[in-house]
This record gives sequence, structure tokens and C-alpha cells, in this order.
Amino acid sequence: MAELKYIEGYPENIRKEIDKVAKTRDKRIDYTPPAMTMKERDEVLRIHPDYAPGGKREIQVGPNKGNLAPNEVADLLEAYPLIDQDEVNLSQVDYDTDILIIGGGLAGTSAALWANDSGIATERILLTNKLRHGDANSIMAEGGTQAADREVDSITKHYIDTIGGGHFENKPDVARALVEDAPLIMKWLCELGAIFDREENGDLAEKLAGGISVKRMHSCRDYTGLEEFRVLRDEFRTREIPYLEHYPAIELLTDGERVTGAVLWNLETGEYKIVKAKATIIATGGYGRLHIRGFPTTNHYGATFDGVVLSYRVGAKLRDIDAVQYHPTGAAYPIQIVGYLLTEKLRGSGAQPVNADGEAFVYPLEPRDVEASAIIRECYVRNKGIITPTGLRGVWLDTPLIEIKNGKGYIEKAFPGMIRMYKRYDIDIRKDPVLVFPTLHYQNGGIETDPSGRTNVDGLWVAGEVSGGVHGKNRLMGNSTLDCLVFGRRAGMSTAEYVKSHGDESKISLEHVKKYVKNLEQAGVKRTRRAPIILPDYRGKAALARMIDVF
Amino acid sequence: MEDNKSPIMDRIAEANKAATTGIDAKDIKNWITIHIMGKAYKVPADLTILTAMEYAGYKFVRGVGCRQGFCGACATVFRKKGDYKLQTGMACQTRAEDGMYLVQIPFTPAEKAIYDITKEPYEASIFIKYYPEVTRCVSCNTCTKACPQDLEVMDYVQAAIRGDFDSLSDVSFDCIQCGLCAMRCPAEIVQYHVAQLGRRMFGRYGQGVPDHLRKRVKEITEGKFNEEMDKITSCSTEELRKIYTEREKEPE
Repeated sequence: MAELKYIEGYPENIRKEIDKVAKTRDKRIDYTPPAMTMKERDEVLRIHPDYAPGGKREIQVGPNKGNLAPNEVADLLEAYPLIDQDEVNLSQVDYDTDILIIGGGLAGTSAALWANDSGIATERILLTNKLRHGDANSIMAEGGTQAADREVDSITKHYIDTIGGGHFENKPDVARALVEDAPLIMKWLCELGAIFDREENGDLAEKLAGGISVKRMHSCRDYTGLEEFRVLRDEFRTREIPYLEHYPAIELLTDGERVTGAVLWNLETGEYKIVKAKATIIATGGYGRLHIRGFPTTNHYGATFDGVVLSYRVGAKLRDIDAVQYHPTGAAYPIQIVGYLLTEKLRGSGAQPVNADGEAFVYPLEPRDVEASAIIRECYVRNKGIITPTGLRGVWLDTPLIEIKNGKGYIEKAFPGMIRMYKRYDIDIRKDPVLVFPTLHYQNGGIETDPSGRTNVDGLWVAGEVSGGVHGKNRLMGNSTLDCLVFGRRAGMSTAEYVKSHGDESKISLEHVKKYVKNLEQAGVKRTRRAPIILPDYRGKAALARMIDVF
Repeated sequence: MEDNKSPIMDRIAEANKAATTGIDAKDIKNWITIHIMGKAYKVPADLTILTAMEYAGYKFVRGVGCRQGFCGACATVFRKKGDYKLQTGMACQTRAEDGMYLVQIPFTPAEKAIYDITKEPYEASIFIKYYPEVTRCVSCNTCTKACPQDLEVMDYVQAAIRGDFDSLSDVSFDCIQCGLCAMRCPAEIVQYHVAQLGRRMFGRYGQGVPDHLRKRVKEITEGKFNEEMDKITSCSTEELRKIYTEREKEPE
């Protein structure tokens, strides 16, 4: 096969396709396809990976026995533990703390700060991370954080948008907490020194996004999560709160009923550590790296569902675990960045999805599941997608429209991360559109909580993506960083209250794991799978085939 | 469509195999050789340094994080074949090239100062107080050359010395705190920590809390929306669906 000839980042044949997009651009400046009716939405959602047949099965064991879950999720709930109870010596406690926080993204870090603000001494808090403090989906949030803080907006409008996006399945009390705390969180971030995009008069600059009726998306260029997080981490380190890195939790500990700590594992040396805690907050994020239905993902390397796996074994109830979010616009080309996130803010700023014939085929700001389904339909049902050199399909996201609508220089100012990502492959998103296809993005459901982040298991709180209920069946853009910050705060404050009235006389044991294993055996689950998986495996097949373990 | 199958989903999964399960040599046409810490490996041509190392058989527990250029975990130093230049980049964002020699620097030994920004004056002296080594900057620009984000690092260090918080924040904003600047700096400045302090000062004192936000927080605290929220949270799904469908949208 002859070498492909590239012209400004695209192979020759695809370059020709781009001409079709450029030709219709003028006509599309003032044309936006109408939003779908509820009926049209239902119709297109049938080919969404969440609704297309074959992707789910009933969970066989545990508190949610009989509920549907994606196969990849059920696989991990129906898996045996990594450690045997008899292998671990629980008599030597390495850390004895008041509040153990597992996972250091936005949720875990704000939990630590607010627990400290609520009167818990720094040395009575311990934050542990699977990778480094901040290797989390939080820092990859590009688009923004929602908060109803403009005169024309209201908490109620934010609530309605949130539950409409969630297909009216959200848990009302937590959804209410989310929207009510949002402006307070924004104020807190400003006071800590986070730099948000501003209008010339100093007001916060706010934009629309998918499924949102009023401009309330706050952003920090296209590094929103990064800016929010690095400010929190700086504050965290400044207060000298104890933390561990490269120490994932591999099992929780209980006294039979209450969660009383965790077993941590040194990722580099293999040594385990025992933590005893009066209260435990799980903030381990989501499950993108499970590659549900074979989709690529926007998620970070450690997004492997560990927190839910551990909590489920102690009896934590899950909800909406069947609902997976696919972001409509992941990169489909070049191969090096397949699945990476192209923020919804691009569409919020005027970029349109366009098919191979140069037609705008969908309202650009549908809720994410509807938008994603429309793109899949264009590629695989109507066959109006573009086929990449590696056989992927995608539609165009017409980014040059952004500057036509907002003026020259806008993309550089608002999307420096995007420009940088594509420039590395010689593509200029100001001049040319980019190819997109849905990518696995978010765990909509998770562990059920009350508005303070408390689970049904005593001693156990959760915050952030690992939780379920607040987003119902589908999260809106700008509600994830918010979720982390709101419920991180609430969990921090709530655990602080809790530990003040609890002594540290409680026992630690792995009895619950033994029971869970028994349940698995009774259900006839074979001993082929173990969980948590901690990290995914992308080693080349040739290298793996010849690997032997000699140490 | 059969009950338990979705041909569309199967086609999507098949097309994405390389990105989700590890690469199979039989799918690859073009190959290159890279040298990971001096050891040569034949790897597929269209990979980043990170995925090329994985292809070679590395399962990372260090030197990897978000895999998309945001977290700064995979700082890498490399030389290309026949080139005297020592180059830097993020392993997840840099294309692997034939003949490349590379090593990762997954950790930067650096001191972060301890301060309380609510108690500091908004002026240049804060940098001298917490990071006095900034004055050792000899304007060699090595930090700028080392930056994988192509930031003008030296310019923001100079802005810090001048007490220009606005410019420091603007120039340093896209920093992913990978530490490569600090590793290369002959004056031993920890640029990214200096920038973090400066940005927080600018955010708190240069920008502050806008009036509309302050006002809304006050309204919430006073319970302005309570009644409305009580009402809406007790609506039936049918009522909510109606409100949702009929709600007005603010124009772009």
C-alpha cells in the first residue's frame, strides 16, 4: 500500500471531504437544526450504546441483585477479592485516623478541606491516591461548572435542566443540594483564588451548554477542572494535610456493620498498609477504563470502578448503575488521540456537527445521550460519516464556525488546550473542522447517598462520580465538577460531625469479604475474575504472549 | 436486529480495538525502533511515546496519569537520532519517532512553600518572601524551551519579580505542573510553584468575588428560593416533564 499523503494534518482523500464542509459553511452560519421533540429523542436513543441490545445483564449477587448493569460492570461486581483474609495481618495498624478519604480528585480534596474547616485537625485526616494526588477525571474537565448566579437565572431553573437531562430519574433531595450549593461553591473557589473567565466588567462569563436553558456555564479557558483542582491542591498542601500517593485501596474494613478503615496497597513495592478510621469517604471517580461496549474513553488511567467494587462488598446500595454516559464528541482522528474529549463548550460556542455531505444534521446542544445517538445514526445508519484511515467513522465538528460567530482570536483565547492537542498533529482547528465520534465519558449512576453524601452503610460516605442519584440517567455538562465540589464539601462536613460523637474503640475485620465470597460461590460465579482491577492493561499482545514471572 | 445483538455496537467495538485492548502486531503495517532507556524496541509507527512503551510491554504504575495532556505525570526527556538537542515532552502527547532515545521523569523533587493567601499583601514581595530564588533568574530561557505546553515560562518568572500578577496568570495559565522547567533551571527556581502562588493571589485579589455572585449567595442563604424549590421537588414526573418541555431557552 502506498504511503498516505498528508495535507495540513489530513490524508489527501479526507482533505477533499473537508471542502464539502467549507462549501456549506456560509449557509450554516445562520442555520441551526431544530431541537428534537421528546418523540424524536426516544426514537434516536434506540441506537444509543446504553439502549442497543446485548450490553447489559442482571447482577447476580449483593444489594442490587436482579438489577441491570453493563456487562463490564456486572463482571467486576461478580468478581473475587484480590486478597485472602488470612493473608493480611490486621493486628498491626499503620495509620489510625478520624477521616480516611480514598481518592484525591476534586471531591476527595474538597472533602479534606471542609472536614478541616469543620474542626478536624489536619493530622486526623488521611487522603490516599491510587496514582498521584490529582490524577483524576476532575482535572480533565474542560468545559465548565454550572451555577445559577445571574439575575435572569434561578436555582429552580438549574434544577429543572438537571432532572430533565437525567430523564426525570434523579434523586430529588441530592439534585436539590447540587443546585442550591452551586453559587456558594463558586464563591468559595473565587475566594481561594481560582481564575474564572470574566466579562469586561468583572462579572463571571457564562455560556450555554447541552440541555441547559440559561447561560450558567463557568469556565477557565478549556482547563476548568485543572484550574479548580490545582487551587484546591495548593490549599490542601498549604495546610499540610497528610496524603499518600500510589496507594490504592484494595478492600474496606468493617467491625461487622460499620466501615472502619481500609487496606491500602503500595503500587510500586506490593506492601500493604492497614488504615483504621472512624469515617471513610470514597471519592474514587468513575469507570471509563472499563471500555464499556468497546468504546474508547475520555477518562484517566485509573478510572476502573474500584470504589464501587469495594463499597458493594460492604453492602452499599447502588442506583442508576445501568446508565452510561457517552460524550458525543470524542476525537475520531488522528489515531493517537482517539476517544479524547472535545469539550461541549465548542458546541456551546458555535461549532456544529456536520455530516459527509456538509449538512448540519442535529441541534448542537441536545442532552449528551441524544446528541451521541444522532452522531452514531449519521455514521452507521444513514452512512453519512467519514471513514478514517484506520477504519473508524466520524462526523465533522465544524470548529471554524466558532470564530465566524465570536470573532477572530476567540479559539486561541477560549480553547488553548484544543489548539495545542491538534497542532501536534499539524491540524489547525481554526481553519479546518475535526472528526468526532462518541466516547465513553461518565458513570451516571453509582452508590446511593443522602444529601450529605452518606450511604446506607454506617461509617461510609461517597462523593463525586462514584455516587449515583444526583444525575439520574444522564449527567449534564458542568454538573460533574459541581457534583464533586458540592458533595465533597458535604461529605467533609458530615463526617466531621460524625467522628466527634464516635470513639475509636471499633474493630477492623475482613469478615464482610468472606461473606461476599460465599455469596458469589452460592450464586455459582466462577473464580475467573478478580477485582478491583486497579489499572487497565494496554500492553502489546506480542509482548504479553511471551511474558513470564520469575521473581 | 436480533434480541441480544447489536451489529452497530459490534462494528464500533471492532473499529476501536487498538485503543481499548492493546495492539495486535498483525494489524500494523509501519514500524519504527525507539530506545527506552537505551534498550531498543520495534514498535508501531503511529503511536505516542506512552502507547509505544505500552506496546513494548510496559505496564505503567508511574509516569502516567490522564493520558491526555492535562495532568503532567508523564514528563519525558529524549533525543532524536542525529540531533544534539535534548528535548522534552509529555509521553502521552509526543509522537514516537524512529531512532528516539528516551527516559521518563515521573517525579520532580521540589519544595512548595507554606502560606495563607488570606493573610498576604497583594504585592511583589510575596514572591521574594516564599520563593527568594526567583531573583536568581539569569534570563537564560531554558525553562521556556523545556515547557511541553509551549508557555513563555521565563516571561512569567519576570512578571513575578515585577509583581505583575495579571500577566503572570495569563502567561502561566495553561501550566500542567509537570516540573520540566524546574528540572532544567540552572538557577534552581521552581517555576510552576511560583506561578501557582501568583495565580491564586490574582484570582483572590485581582479578580475577587463579583457582585452578582455575592448577591445570589445571600439570596440563597436568606431562603429566597426555598418555597419554589419545595414546590418543584414535590411535582410528579408528568408535571416536571411539562415544565421542562415548555421552559424557555435563553438565546445564544
